[in-house]
Amino acid sequence: MTATEERPATEIGASRRRKEDARLITGRTRWTDNIVLPGLQHLAMVRSPFAHARITAIDTEAAKAASGVVAVITGADIADEQGALPNAWAVIPDQKAPVHPSMAVDHVAFAGEIVAMVIARTAAEANDAADLVDVDYEELEPALELKAAARDEVIAHPDLGTNVSAVWSYDSAESGTGGDVEAAIGAARDGGIVIEKEFRQQRLIPAFMEPRSIVVDPTTEQMTVWSSTQVPHFVKIFIALVLGIPESKIRVIAPDVGGGFGGKLQFTPEEVLTVIAARRTGKPCKYTETRSESLMVAHHGRDQWQQVTLAANADGTVTGLKVELIADMGAYLGLVTSAIPLLGAFMYNGIYKFPAYHLGITNVFTNKTWTDAYRGAGRPEATYAIERLMDELAARVGVDALEIRERNWIKHEEFPFSTVSGLRYDSGNYEAATAKARQLFGYDDLRAEQRKRRESGDPVQLGIGISTFTEMCGLAPSRWLGSMGYVGGGWEHAAVRMLPTGKVEVVTGTSPHGQGHETAWSQLVADRLGVAFEDVEVLHGDTQVAVRGLDTYGSRSLAVGGMAVLAAADKVIEKAKPIAAQLLEANADDLDFSGGRYGVRGTDAGMTMAELAFAVFQGHKLDGSAEACLDADATLDPDDFSFPHGTHLCAVEVDTETGATKIRSYVCVDDVGVVVNPMIVEGQVHGGLAQGIAQALFEEAVHDEGGTLVTGSFDQYLVPGAPDLPAFETARTETPATTNQLGVKGVGEAGTIASTPAVVNAIVDALRPLGVTDVQMPCTPYRVWKAIQQGAQEGAQQKEARS
Amino acid sequence: MIPAAFEYFSPTSVDEALGLLREHDDAKVLAGGQSLMPALRLRLAAPEVIVDIQKIDELHGVRDDGDALVIGAMTPHSTVQSDPLVSEHARLISLATATVGDPQVRHRGTFGGSLAHADPAADLPAVAVALDASFVIAGADGRRTVPATEFFQGMFSTAVGEDELLVEVRVPKYTGWGAHYEKFNRVAQAWSIVSVAAAVRLDGDSIAEARVGLGNMGPAPVRATAVEAALVGQPATAEAVREAAARAADGTSPGSDLNGDADYRRHLATVLTRRAVLAAAGTA
Ligand SMILES: Cc1cc2nc3c(=O)[nH]c(=O)nc-3n(C[C@H](O)[C@H](O)[C@H](O)COP(=O)(O)OP(=O)(O)OC[C@H]3O[C@@H](n4cnc5c(N)ncnc54)[C@H](O)[C@@H]3O)c2cc1C
Repeated sequence: MTATEERPATEIGASRRRKEDARLITGRTRWTDNIVLPGLQHLAMVRSPFAHARITAIDTEAAKAASGVVAVITGADIADEQGALPNAWAVIPDQKAPVHPSMAVDHVAFAGEIVAMVIARTAAEANDAADLVDVDYEELEPALELKAAARDEVIAHPDLGTNVSAVWSYDSAESGTGGDVEAAIGAARDGGIVIEKEFRQQRLIPAFMEPRSIVVDPTTEQMTVWSSTQVPHFVKIFIALVLGIPESKIRVIAPDVGGGFGGKLQFTPEEVLTVIAARRTGKPCKYTETRSESLMVAHHGRDQWQQVTLAANADGTVTGLKVELIADMGAYLGLVTSAIPLLGAFMYNGIYKFPAYHLGITNVFTNKTWTDAYRGAGRPEATYAIERLMDELAARVGVDALEIRERNWIKHEEFPFSTVSGLRYDSGNYEAATAKARQLFGYDDLRAEQRKRRESGDPVQLGIGISTFTEMCGLAPSRWLGSMGYVGGGWEHAAVRMLPTGKVEVVTGTSPHGQGHETAWSQLVADRLGVAFEDVEVLHGDTQVAVRGLDTYGSRSLAVGGMAVLAAADKVIEKAKPIAAQLLEANADDLDFSGGRYGVRGTDAGMTMAELAFAVFQGHKLDGSAEACLDADATLDPDDFSFPHGTHLCAVEVDTETGATKIRSYVCVDDVGVVVNPMIVEGQVHGGLAQGIAQALFEEAVHDEGGTLVTGSFDQYLVPGAPDLPAFETARTETPATTNQLGVKGVGEAGTIASTPAVVNAIVDALRPLGVTDVQMPCTPYRVWKAIQQGAQEGAQQKEARS
Repeated sequence: MIPAAFEYFSPTSVDEALGLLREHDDAKVLAGGQSLMPALRLRLAAPEVIVDIQKIDELHGVRDDGDALVIGAMTPHSTVQSDPLVSEHARLISLATATVGDPQVRHRGTFGGSLAHADPAADLPAVAVALDASFVIAGADGRRTVPATEFFQGMFSTAVGEDELLVEVRVPKYTGWGAHYEKFNRVAQAWSIVSVAAAVRLDGDSIAEARVGLGNMGPAPVRATAVEAALVGQPATAEAVREAAARAADGTSPGSDLNGDADYRRHLATVLTRRAVLAAAGTA
């Protein structure tokens, strides 16, 4: 910070520049792959080119003889040592899952699965030798197409006998949270409206910027594991459980981590194998994946088919929603693979007052890369389905799509509101966010332009897309997680330490990988303890430092981890009180704490936190009546989620001659509750929008008929860049959450969850007069063009049928 | 990934380079490396010898040679893009080059490398056929000149033999012509699904001459001769150009991939040709 930067009245609410950015942006920091240790050895993985095969023989002789090679290890070599990778979420008690070895022993279930590894003195030598490992495969038919896999047409894991991992359902009539959906649909068929649709959530790749990397040093008393992970605390526990190493002998460090988006919320085969390599050779080992490996094997996201039925009265009041979805697990269950659909299960009713709801989930294995959490995890899928449906409903009723939402949404005076899926929304104001968005967007003018373009038959049509979303976030309540079958908890931990020189160390159990926790947590503590922003240092990601924690995902860090930091700071203030009283020779009841200072009421006497910290450090004047330590720990487990919401409006221009879509303007008004740092919130929204728009327009992981990933490079897997996105107009309304002391909600996933349906709704809105009622994502020019052709064809047929 | 090991040479003359290529059976020429380096790193290519031609001065730069421009094979895209001679006499090249990749790619990648690589979806091959460029190739028996129609032989395949080097490209001057390059892709950083390179010379309000090249409409770039013929003598109006452009896909054999099937590409070719020609006429 420069000396000229003004100090804000309160840190909370100030757009502080992120203190971590200088080192992150310049790369002058410790990324895992930068770590070099004496005697470091390098690993290269040999991966199956086939999606489904039996390994009949592996010849490692040539590789072992190659220059620089220390060892070549196959699955058979470590069959007794490698254990099985964990799934941490049984969505039903008898969930089926194949054993997941880190290295395949005799059966490979997806293209990219590891079948051998080379340990060599240099990375180049490891790569060269990996090419020399000769594996014989007997190819098996792969189960690739999700619907066929759900019917068990081809079995992904012959030992399992079926591809169906679990079937789960929620029914509002059975649960007592609403009526009977079938009855609602039946009634609507008679004079009301029934809309039936099938939506595809294509497979996506998290595509974080820093490929994953692991370094293991077995030469320290606690084996040190550096990993580019979102979840160092998980990794520590799972190394212990999977490999039988005492937890107390493991130290895991997530140094600076270059993005994750859920893609690094995993315990990986590569982590296990690097530990095994280091343990076997007694020397430090490093594995860094290539970009191609990262796209191919780091877990993928989404990949569902959703069959949806919406019932409504003729006036557009929704009477029931039924969803049947099948979700692709890929070849194995990762940490929370099986629960991704479940995390969306309570969100299909969105911001609306639906009287009846039914959801059925079928989790299915295929011979593709495993899937797991990806930004939004379950909630984007749910939001997409309901927001697409609300637009279809508006078209059927013949009213404006904003109007149809207003007829159905929860009004601000109705909070807290118990939803048809059994959640309790504590707060929100959909009217306010929508009114603001509508005005910023120039909604009425754009509708007028749209009419004009329609009338003139302009080859470039204008479409307006709406998404009024909410999400449950702040993944926490341990009791809720337990009741849903998750093995872990959802609490978070923090420690605040007063240093003798008046500086403060904050230890957080969350594990930032780009979000800016160091800045935001400093702001929280600076305000609470009355110390300078610069005097707060935030430590994280090292299990020797952040001893307890549950890491970063699910928009939980501020709402859970940040609140734990505040709780710890409050304890520090409490602990300082008797000490201040003793040193000031005052009664504790006569002390007030404000502006970082304990003062004796009605006098000028007082001590700052810095003075107290130094006095405690010296201990000279303490009489022993209070513990001579100001430091405090706090663990926090909230009672409930928080529910951010917002209104997103998107205008697109669709070139009907080529099918190309251009986003003309994008306005979003998000309500993420109280905001600690508006600039960070803005950044999260921008990145989230980019990722959600990417699902709507650009990204899709495609496998060929053999199960090989076709979109295995950034040449084919199209991540949009700045030139492909519009200038976003973002604004906020601020309805505080009631489930935490500051009133914050989450923002990490909001943009991603909301934007996808806004864009697709806009495209369909542009093309509806041309007979288009849906376009499958990503809405490539080719798909849009085909939809227009098909719409024209169907229109012509209908005309013919009528005449 | 890390490329497989190779031996590296950095000759300073064309003859030295040709000698190295003859001497080594499994040798590959390295120009700007923007296509070859990824292939090496992915180990899709693993030549034993790399002959880096960066230090051959003769291959760099643009010069005026009377009725033609001569562009050295090793001239980087960024130089071509901003070269005043190119912009005056072959503006279509400046326009197309500006759409290649990003600034980093354009600083490293070369004019000759792109043409020698002959990716069906690349930008410059369509321009080269449209402009009737000719290619000077050096080999054991000296130098020969090959017209664009014979230079591109198929996907990643050109008239440059194994022991040969593309030295320079000669482009006739199109001074005063209007030009437009229409690149249709999904994100700014992507290869074209279809591209159209158009140049027209107007005589009053009507089209006196036209050149149209199509990218990614088959394994090799295509010169849309039917469109060119149909345009000559026509007014540069939307209707006339639309009619001529309707023939853009004649005789093409585009492929199918995630971005579109052959029918879609044929359709795109007609739409983009119309737009490119009209835009080119507008700048003439
Ligand atoms: C991120 C990225 C984006 C890109 N986007 C585009 C794009 O939008 N449009 C586009 O057209 N291209 C694009 N390219 C490719 C770029 O234009 C390359 O510059 C070009 O394809 C190859 O040129 P080069 O000089 O890098 O050649 P190199 O990669 O060095 O060589 C390519 C091939 O040509 C051979 N070769 C090169 N020069 C000669 C010569 N003088 N004689 C004989 N053989 C030779 C080499 O042996 C090799 O086989 C992109 C590349 C990247 C990395």
